[in-house]
Amino acid sequence: MAAGPMKMRATAQGGVTEIRVLMAHPMETGQRKGPDGKLVPAHFIQNVTVRMNGKTVVEGQISQAVSRNPVFSFRVKGGAKGDKVEVSWIDNKGESNKIESAVA
Amino acid sequence: MNAVRRLLLQGAGALVAGLVTPLAALAATWNKEAFGAKTAADALKGIGAAGAAPSNELIMDVPEIAENGAVVPVEITSQVPGTRSIAVVIDKNPFPLVAKFDFMEGALPYVKVNVKMGETSDVHAIAEANGKHYSATRNIKVTIGGCGG
Repeated sequence: MAAGPMKMRATAQGGVTEIRVLMAHPMETGQRKGPDGKLVPAHFIQNVTVRMNGKTVVEGQISQAVSRNPVFSFRVKGGAKGDKVEVSWIDNKGESNKIESAVA
Repeated sequence: MNAVRRLLLQGAGALVAGLVTPLAALAATWNKEAFGAKTAADALKGIGAAGAAPSNELIMDVPEIAENGAVVPVEITSQVPGTRSIAVVIDKNPFPLVAKFDFMEGALPYVKVNVKMGETSDVHAIAEANGKHYSATRNIKVTIGGCGG
């Protein structure tokens, strides 16, 4: 499975914006054997960045031990309807993806 | 191998190293040393958290038993004032350091993430606040390991 699309939902409630994001990614550990009996090379997201209205709010470094098709929740103080949230990732092969949406 | 050839090879090696480092610096940082550590102690050392003090202000919401080690939900909230980062360390995983999140600009010290566990293990949350490290630990029993695929 190759790296694929992302989904995100950001909602503001009670003075806190909750960001839920899903990344389609195989998150191969490099320790799993494929059908041919050979180890499947490690392929996993290493960096996750969350920006709100252009400012970086969360910077994550992750390992191959995060589950396949990672799902994260983050919380940011404040935030209002229409604020821009952008989440991006980079994996160990240099592939990357990002998604942008507005706070609902 | 003669001395001249060895010298040339060393020179080439140094040149390559010199070229690679600035390129790597351009990309986002990933703590290779800490993530490559094979013991929890080395992983903690790698993120500078070797002396983390247990704290009940660090709240972990995790299952007691994970039926499927491939997807174990881990939710961490820090109530330690001034928390700037939260890390997850799983003792018995081949590479114990799972993730480290840095919080800035109004982000709350909270994260929820699904992780893989190879076997039953202690799972630690490590928070950093004002240069000090705090930890919380929970044991999660795994019925089916998540690292075989």
